[in-house]
Amino acid sequence: MSHPEQRRGFLAKAFAVVCGGLATMVPVGAGLWAFLDPLRRSAGVAKFLPVAELAAIPDDGVPRQYPVITDRVDAWTGFAAEPVGAVYLRREKGATEVQALSATCPHAGCFVEMEPTGRCFRCPCHNSTFTLDGGIVAPSPSPRAMDALDCRVGKNGEVEVKWQKFRAGIAGKEVQG
Amino acid sequence: MSHDVDRTAAAQARKGIMGQLGDFLDDRTGYRALVHEALYERVPGGARWRYVWGSTLVFAFMTQVITGLFLWASYSASAQTAWESVYYIQHEMAGGWLLRGIHHFMAQAMVVLLALHLLQVVIDGAYRAPREVNFWLGLVLMLLVLGMALTGYLLPWDQKGYWATIVATNLAGIVPFVGPSLQQLVIGGPEYGHHTLTRFFALHAGFLPGALIVMLVVHLSLFRKHGLHAKQPITRPDAMFWPDQVLKDAVAMLAVMAVVLGVILMPALRAMLAGDAVVPGELGAELGAPADPSLPYAAARPEWYFLFLFQFLKVFEGWGATGEFFGAIVVPGLIMGVMFLMPILGNWKLGHRFNVAFTLAILAGVGLLTALALNEDYYALWVDKASLAEAEKIYDQTGGDPEKLAAALGNDSAKINAMEQQWKKLERVRHSQAFLEASRQAKADAARAIELAGRPEKIPPAGMLELVRQDPKSQGPRLFAQHCAGCHAHVDPLAANAEAVIAKSSAANLHGFGSAQWMRGLLDPAQVAGPAYFGNTAHKEGDMVNFVQNDLTDEAEWSKADIDAVVAAMAAEAGRAVPKELVGLVDKGRELVASTDRCGSCHTFRDNGTELGSAPDITGWGGREWLVGIIADPTHERFYGDNNDRMPSFGKATEGALPPLSGEQIGLLADWLRGDWYRPAGH
Ligand code: FES
Repeated sequence: MSHPEQRRGFLAKAFAVVCGGLATMVPVGAGLWAFLDPLRRSAGVAKFLPVAELAAIPDDGVPRQYPVITDRVDAWTGFAAEPVGAVYLRREKGATEVQALSATCPHAGCFVEMEPTGRCFRCPCHNSTFTLDGGIVAPSPSPRAMDALDCRVGKNGEVEVKWQKFRAGIAGKEVQG
Repeated sequence: MSHDVDRTAAAQARKGIMGQLGDFLDDRTGYRALVHEALYERVPGGARWRYVWGSTLVFAFMTQVITGLFLWASYSASAQTAWESVYYIQHEMAGGWLLRGIHHFMAQAMVVLLALHLLQVVIDGAYRAPREVNFWLGLVLMLLVLGMALTGYLLPWDQKGYWATIVATNLAGIVPFVGPSLQQLVIGGPEYGHHTLTRFFALHAGFLPGALIVMLVVHLSLFRKHGLHAKQPITRPDAMFWPDQVLKDAVAMLAVMAVVLGVILMPALRAMLAGDAVVPGELGAELGAPADPSLPYAAARPEWYFLFLFQFLKVFEGWGATGEFFGAIVVPGLIMGVMFLMPILGNWKLGHRFNVAFTLAILAGVGLLTALALNEDYYALWVDKASLAEAEKIYDQTGGDPEKLAAALGNDSAKINAMEQQWKKLERVRHSQAFLEASRQAKADAARAIELAGRPEKIPPAGMLELVRQDPKSQGPRLFAQHCAGCHAHVDPLAANAEAVIAKSSAANLHGFGSAQWMRGLLDPAQVAGPAYFGNTAHKEGDMVNFVQNDLTDEAEWSKADIDAVVAAMAAEAGRAVPKELVGLVDKGRELVASTDRCGSCHTFRDNGTELGSAPDITGWGGREWLVGIIADPTHERFYGDNNDRMPSFGKATEGALPPLSGEQIGLLADWLRGDWYRPAGH
């Protein structure tokens, strides 16, 4: 075989691979482009949402569960004033401030509930247990305490909670999305 | 030459039309050789039952493809239609329950068959050269099957699928570096919703099975290339794949299908034997209540074959984030890594032994973890609770305080230790009971959702969740527990624990409020000042109690028939059933209630002219409007005014703030208290 012929052979092969590859890349690329779209979406800026009235929260230091209601968008569907999750609010005797805890378990995201005895929180999934102020009860599968949410009391006595989700399963409290 | 032509013609004629068609096709495709190659494979040492596992797996997969395609023809992947379409398949479509049942249980059978196939390959050392690549392909196939199981669990978009998926995708989120992006890609955005479903569905029915089919084709052709890994030593004559081994395979497939059908139909058989009606929709795969991110789901568990992974996470208690990373990623990754190395390790005799031991150990570990998980959840069912009565008593006395315990047991350390052990047991029982109660609640919620979906009005366009959220029967108990149960009881006075519950409450027992029976209790001098009515309230010594205990007992003033009449009138006012024997008394009762010499001396009733302020207006008492009014604002002059005891005004907003309950919620409570909710015809 002569050199030019060899070179021609190589070029033909390379060209075939490039052409075929490019042709295939188009549908794959278009698909991936759309498939990766969720990465551009974020949960948006966290907002303070009214959850309850200060006066209506018993000041006995026992957390109570309140639904969080807000407008929600799920891809193409818009929901007005939907329950999207829950928080625990806790008020000490006579306090004018409230502690807010997310009901989402920092371990893997199950819904943390109060023990029927009212002495602590417990996650029904892997038994992570938390004190009434959200602290971790060792030993626990959960890597961190329950997530405290920013909370403020408005002029008219309404308790507003900054509704945020945090990444599960890590030691630090990082906002998700 | 002409002789030849004659012969061919004669042969052709003998063959008939099918034979000729066969020849025609074979000339152009060579299919006969292909079929021959496929069927006439030599099986060294003859057909054996132990070779059927691979074939049953292929069969199980084919079953999943067939049933899956038919399910696909009726399924709709979106947050407002997934549950709804699965409900329709399961409960409305003829044969839908069977189709879905087969798909559901064959998936589980497939996991079991996979384990058996893998175990056999390892024990037989069938991964050794030249079959390494095929072994690796098998492992990838296994992962693909597990991936399909995981993604399929979400598709009905019910509570159990939803919460299990939250846990699974959150675990994906802890993979280093790419975790959060991976998680967001899989769930299709920052929140779970439509795109979680569309993506899981695409994975479940497209990407994963597509990849699986490609790999399966390679797996099978490599299997044929290398031939069957025969059991050594070969003592029997070889046989052909067709029909000897095929027969055994087919029998095994039928057996697998029989088991699956058995699991589906067993409850029907049991119901028939017990003489109960068989409801087809209740056979086969379960459908939980629709997914609700705002509703706790304490019964959240993955499918049983993933329970070991779920339990494994508990092993790393106290390890913090490292524990979860280890439990969900490192250890499963290492195990898969070792399995991929098996063909190489198996080159040494010791290596092979290690592989067998390792596989058996993994299976044993999986079994153990599964058993632990089940034991934790169902502990209360098999523990002897009587033996814990003593421990429970002491716990209640000491409040679980170690110092008080020490004092109670006279500082006897042996006794204290024993008691602490008992307490641990007690705690496990309590956790198990909580799980069992959550499962019961989940079943009840599911049954109710299914009942509602079967209304003649069907499911609204906004979806099932909306309907459940507007259902007094589902929401009433939750709202009551959260807002009312702190003071009020709601328990049937005839129930076993009623007395204790009522004694603990600090306001009236609202069970049956508005009914004739409730009213009769109120007018009973023995009950009115009891804990079920005003006994634990500020009205304990009020005018009403006084009236019932003094005036009503004076038979000259209030005959028994008068009281009956009032009971009838008030039940009618509440829109409740008036007992048959009292129906004729309603009008008379209304007159008595209105009369300013009788009830009307304090209560406003219709147009009796009594001024508001001394007692609640009982026009429409116990009816929806009346209940909504008193829940919203008992301090209104129409109700208790300044005499209101401690009841909050649930519908009254202080300026600028939200009221504790929305109008809709108060309506739900009122409807629930009145027992006014959808009931299917015939109930
Ligand atoms: S998700 Fe709460 S303990 Fe695991």
